[in-house]
Amino acid sequence: MTNTENFVHELAEKHGRTRNALMPILQGVVARDKYLSEEAMIAVARELDLSAADVYGTATFYTFLDTVPRGKNVIRVCKTISCHMHNKDEIIKALEEQLRCKVGETTSDKKFTLLTANCLGWCHKGPVMLVNDDVYPELTTQKAIEIVQEYIRKSN
Amino acid sequence: MSKYMVNLKINNIPISVEEGTTILDAAKRLNFHIPTLCNHPDLSVAGNCRVCVVEVKGARLLAASCATPVSEGMEVFTNSEKVRIARKHVVELLLSEHNADCTKCFKNGHCELQELASEYRYGDHIFIDLVPFKQKFLDISSPSITKDTSKCIRCQRCVRTCAELQAVSALAVVHKGSHQTISTFMDKPMNDVVCTNCGQCINRCPTGALYERNYIEDVWNAIYDPNKFVVVQTAPATRVAVGEDLGLEPGHRVTGKMVAALKKMGFNKILDTDFTADLTIMEEGTELLTRLKKALVDKDETVKLPMMTSCSPGWIKFQEHMFPDLLPNLSTCKSPQQMFGSLAKTYYADKINIKAENMVVVSIMPCTAKKFECNRPEMRDSGFKDVDYVLTTRELAMMIKQAGIEFDKLEDQHYDSILGESTGAAVIFGATGGVMEAALRTAYEIVTGSEVPFANLNIKPVRGMEGVKEASIKIKNAKPEWSFLEGVEMNVAVAHGLANAKKLMEAVSSGTANYHFIEIMGCPGGCIGGGGQPIPTSPEIRRKRAEAIYAEDMGMDIRKSHENPEVVEVYKDYLGHPCGHQSHELLHTHYVERKRY
Repeated sequence: MTNTENFVHELAEKHGRTRNALMPILQGVVARDKYLSEEAMIAVARELDLSAADVYGTATFYTFLDTVPRGKNVIRVCKTISCHMHNKDEIIKALEEQLRCKVGETTSDKKFTLLTANCLGWCHKGPVMLVNDDVYPELTTQKAIEIVQEYIRKSN
Repeated sequence: MSKYMVNLKINNIPISVEEGTTILDAAKRLNFHIPTLCNHPDLSVAGNCRVCVVEVKGARLLAASCATPVSEGMEVFTNSEKVRIARKHVVELLLSEHNADCTKCFKNGHCELQELASEYRYGDHIFIDLVPFKQKFLDISSPSITKDTSKCIRCQRCVRTCAELQAVSALAVVHKGSHQTISTFMDKPMNDVVCTNCGQCINRCPTGALYERNYIEDVWNAIYDPNKFVVVQTAPATRVAVGEDLGLEPGHRVTGKMVAALKKMGFNKILDTDFTADLTIMEEGTELLTRLKKALVDKDETVKLPMMTSCSPGWIKFQEHMFPDLLPNLSTCKSPQQMFGSLAKTYYADKINIKAENMVVVSIMPCTAKKFECNRPEMRDSGFKDVDYVLTTRELAMMIKQAGIEFDKLEDQHYDSILGESTGAAVIFGATGGVMEAALRTAYEIVTGSEVPFANLNIKPVRGMEGVKEASIKIKNAKPEWSFLEGVEMNVAVAHGLANAKKLMEAVSSGTANYHFIEIMGCPGGCIGGGGQPIPTSPEIRRKRAEAIYAEDMGMDIRKSHENPEVVEVYKDYLGHPCGHQSHELLHTHYVERKRY
């Protein structure tokens, strides 16, 4: 078994092999790899005796279950109306300049992926962004850049 | 269990129906037609297209009648102002995303969305036309099935078909919202996934999003080419179904008319797959008896039992993907279509003095998987592509119309000889259980010298639409050379539809099943419900086609494969004996393991 197959096998041992184990297993893979590779989805399908298309269908339904490679840190800026009215475009522009990549892209050193997200539920404190699982509300362009720089420092 | 009756009113007319009945079905009983798109009699309820909405008095929202059970005192209106406007908008919204190039569409005239649009007579779009903004994707990778996402209305009938009837789930709903499509794993081409090419999705697609890869023009070109000798073979199930696409009711037997039409169209010889169905029984029956002898007498552990039939190419590909460990259990016999092809371009070509390279073999099949099968690299034992083109029953009906033939006015004609003679045993190949019944009629007689112990040779336990059928026959008075079978209880099983096949295979894999011989047909009902048969399909339509098949069998002079005089002749003349060297070269094949995911 490959490393990925082993990992998926362990997740299946932990969460079981019924259909409702699919989500926690997919989340487990994403927590480790940041995305679901073709190999991982096949391994999940095999463990749960599902069709690979079913696994892919479920994965593509959820924004947070990526099926394309992502950087070590995934930044998601809220794009919904409250954050939009609080200048989320400015935040995105600043991040794009800081990271030298566009929304939807991953930096060449694979450390960051910049994405937008639908409402994160922080409308009262917009604009807001998520970096991995951490929320950063009431952003300014300055604050957003500092946060990213902190992540860069930590990863060096 | 007794059912409670529920009283309600539909369009002010009182009706009493069993608890659990949907509004849609209750309305049908009062002859109120409610249009549907995502609903299908073979599938679970989805309720996603919203075309069938009705007004329920006191309810805030309109209800999807296909998904709403009746309740006591309910008052339903199927054509109120609110319903009409909503329904019109629902269809209009579907049309705003539908690539309505109807004149170029293969399903032109057979499209449920087109029918609704014509009922409601839409003028200018009231919603923005989204078609130009949608990414079009036409998948022609498969030799069997073409998939056009620009026609898809995402009713998910195909997805439910692939999951519920076939247990394959090659198709799934992927992405969401405005990006939602019906696609495959990683959006791979259809030819590159676990699709078995059964075509059941096509039978249930309401639009032109899924249809067979058609070879109509290629076949006309061959017919018009003076240097080509075009031979056509017709599968058993086509003769009880092609009439449906030519204005006849389901269950009409049109064998003689179909032959007459093919002659008028200009095929050089009209021959019958039923002939090679009989040949299949000789080969497969002999193979079974040989396997039984090797396993029971010689204790040869390399011989695998139960033996499984190999006529259905959708089933074969399913097995290659899903249960490769059981490939040695498959009979090595080619399907009747491919046996025909390899014999036509060898034995038959010699007989009629035509060069095989000038011969074009066309098959009329109830099947889309046969299109894939004839393109398998194994299927060139004649030295040429054994079968050149496969047309579905639907394509044949189109060609008959194109040829300007008035089908119902045709005088019955007979198949040409040789390779045109057949028996009742061959005809019933078209229905689930038919191959088993035909095989038993012959094998039992080979072993005992007497006919199978069933009235009129009708082996009823293997007939019918139950998903998995079992039967056993005790062998009595075996001839000396088959004495090892004396008193043996032959256990057989029959499954149709790949979901049922899967259940049976799981039982075989786990060792809980104790069968000698298993018949599997990939499609519900067997070939009569094949992916190339006229649309629509339903349990009722398939039942009528099966009845026609068994009526055809009863009407045949010869009803046992081994008594087919042309079969006897071909062994004497050319093949030698069943499962002999020549048979092995031309009539048998091997299988390949394919990836499971």
